[in-house]
Amino acid sequence: MLVTVASGKGGTGKTTIVTNLALALARKMPVQVLDCDVEEPNAHLFLEPVFQEEEEVTLPVPEVDNTKCNGCGKCSEVCAFHALAVAGGKVITFPEMCHGCGGCAIACPTGAISEKPHRIGIVARGQAGRIDFAHGKIDVGVPLAPPVIRAVKRLARKEGLTLIDAPPGTSCPVVAAVKDSDFCLLVTEPTPFGLNDLKLAVGMVREVGVPFAVVINRSTLGDLRVERYCRQERIPILLKIPFDKRYAATYARGKCLVEEYPDWVPPFIGLWQEIERLVSQRARATGN
Amino acid sequence: MQELLVISGKGGTGKTSIVAALAALAEDKVLADCDVDAADLHLLLRPEVESVNEFYGSSKAVIEAGRCTGCGRCIEVCRFGAITKAAPVAGGENSASGSRGSIVQVDSLSCEGCGVCTMMCPAGAITMKPNLAGYWYISETPYGPLVHAQLGLAEDNSGKLVTKVRQEARRLAEENKARLIITDGPPGIGCPVISSLTGVTLALVVTEPTVAGWHDLERVVKLAGHFKVPVTVCINKYDLAPEKSREIEAYCYDEGLTIAGKIPFDADVARALVNAVPLTACSRGAAANAVKAMWDSLLVRMEKIKMQ
Ligand code: SF4
Ligand code: SF4
Ligand code: SF4
Ligand code: SF4
Repeated sequence: MLVTVASGKGGTGKTTIVTNLALALARKMPVQVLDCDVEEPNAHLFLEPVFQEEEEVTLPVPEVDNTKCNGCGKCSEVCAFHALAVAGGKVITFPEMCHGCGGCAIACPTGAISEKPHRIGIVARGQAGRIDFAHGKIDVGVPLAPPVIRAVKRLARKEGLTLIDAPPGTSCPVVAAVKDSDFCLLVTEPTPFGLNDLKLAVGMVREVGVPFAVVINRSTLGDLRVERYCRQERIPILLKIPFDKRYAATYARGKCLVEEYPDWVPPFIGLWQEIERLVSQRARATGN
Repeated sequence: MQELLVISGKGGTGKTSIVAALAALAEDKVLADCDVDAADLHLLLRPEVESVNEFYGSSKAVIEAGRCTGCGRCIEVCRFGAITKAAPVAGGENSASGSRGSIVQVDSLSCEGCGVCTMMCPAGAITMKPNLAGYWYISETPYGPLVHAQLGLAEDNSGKLVTKVRQEARRLAEENKARLIITDGPPGIGCPVISSLTGVTLALVVTEPTVAGWHDLERVVKLAGHFKVPVTVCINKYDLAPEKSREIEAYCYDEGLTIAGKIPFDADVARALVNAVPLTACSRGAAANAVKAMWDSLLVRMEKIKMQ
């Protein structure tokens, strides 16, 4: 099963949920963690995997053969991303803007354009104890996260549980992560920010059409508006983690809650059982 | 005119609370919220919206069902997997409406708007339609004018919308003869942050003393270096993990980065947030004092940069 953990905003504790859930379940079943927060992957800091393989993620960008190019400008005309310009009869390419759509090569009347791979990031995979781990990382200065996210997601296994740590926000990178998931957990906190971002995240998941529920982190540090909103919208709240300076310190040192406070193992297993129940309930309802 | 950009490698470091606290201290400025994905600054500044403006992002492919022959050429050429065969309608008949529906369909969430399918469709059945991707606003707040935005759900192009917000903030600052723009930057190091970095006077990076916080700080400092923007650092909640704070300070020292401020953990911050007021407008506690001291040092630093 593919479960994505997302939040309207970073810093709400997505990585905390992913890593603790993975550790709590790894004794019982095959667990895979895919960190798709490719701008700032952090899950490895907590799970400390031993990386075995690293692969480059590339996009096909145009390469212009100047002996064939007649400077007609067709390529820059069709490029929707302004990744090509023609100046003084010569084509200049801006690979960092290119989405690799292949439009310019199709449009070029002289066949002057071929494509070469351009590196935009990496995918690394390895093993963290029993947990199968992979993450993606875009190169600094590269604005395109979704292709790297898709490259990480291609590693998703069929058996057991695959947990995806999604990037924060509600725009294209998150959608790339949440798409095709069986379930989405939204992590929030009980503050006006948390509520505002949660509402946006709920809108996003509804748009993508994935069943979801909420986890409230630092649940004692705020007010009840998030809970009231969830009740009104009939969104299940599956777990609450109170604010505790000891937990904050555990996190700061790069340690996981379930390691230092084994009392937290049963609640995370319970969280998983609830997810399973909601997914099968939905499957029955839609007749799959 | 100067622009102070407040960023953090990652969300949740308290960046927006700090921007709001600075907004209540600074004089003669325009505020900009470039976190267009999940704008939060307005929750603390209580803006009265004066103008609402539409933002069009990239276009999306639209297929005209009547013209499509179902040849499948578009499915082959779309590199983003955005076009698929339409699922057969359950029951096989929906002819009551008189339409058979399209043979192929575009998933607008996957469409990147490249237009390759329109070039390749032999039937001329595909057109690119401009896509309303969000809104941007000009508002008045008790702390000065604010330019902010909201990207539509599941939309791309946050970079372009960030650029728009910054342009408008500049225009407004010139109009009002303001000397400073304070910008609440987007989280991360991706396309919206890149759009927010170019040409700013100084970037204040807010970090927290955790393993992850330090890691994120390094990435964002590298990014700012890439665009040659001067950086100074604020360690928020530094006393939650003093040993991690010291490691971050040592890192900053090695990299030649100044620390503009160290803010202690203070329950007043959460209280200010829940009551939706800037910290410096409602507290005289330790965190508020630390922000005030930081503001003084930021002013000095920006003055120095101007002299250079
Ligand atoms: S491949 Fe597409 S995005 Fe890249 S330069 Fe060509 S037309 Fe532009
Ligand atoms: S379309 Fe081909 S021939 Fe024309 S400018 Fe581009 S590369 Fe040169
Ligand atoms: S290429 Fe044109 S005609 Fe062929 S399936 Fe696509 S939309 Fe229909
Ligand atoms: S515009 Fe580009 S991304 Fe969108 S459907 Fe057509 S080929 Fe695919």
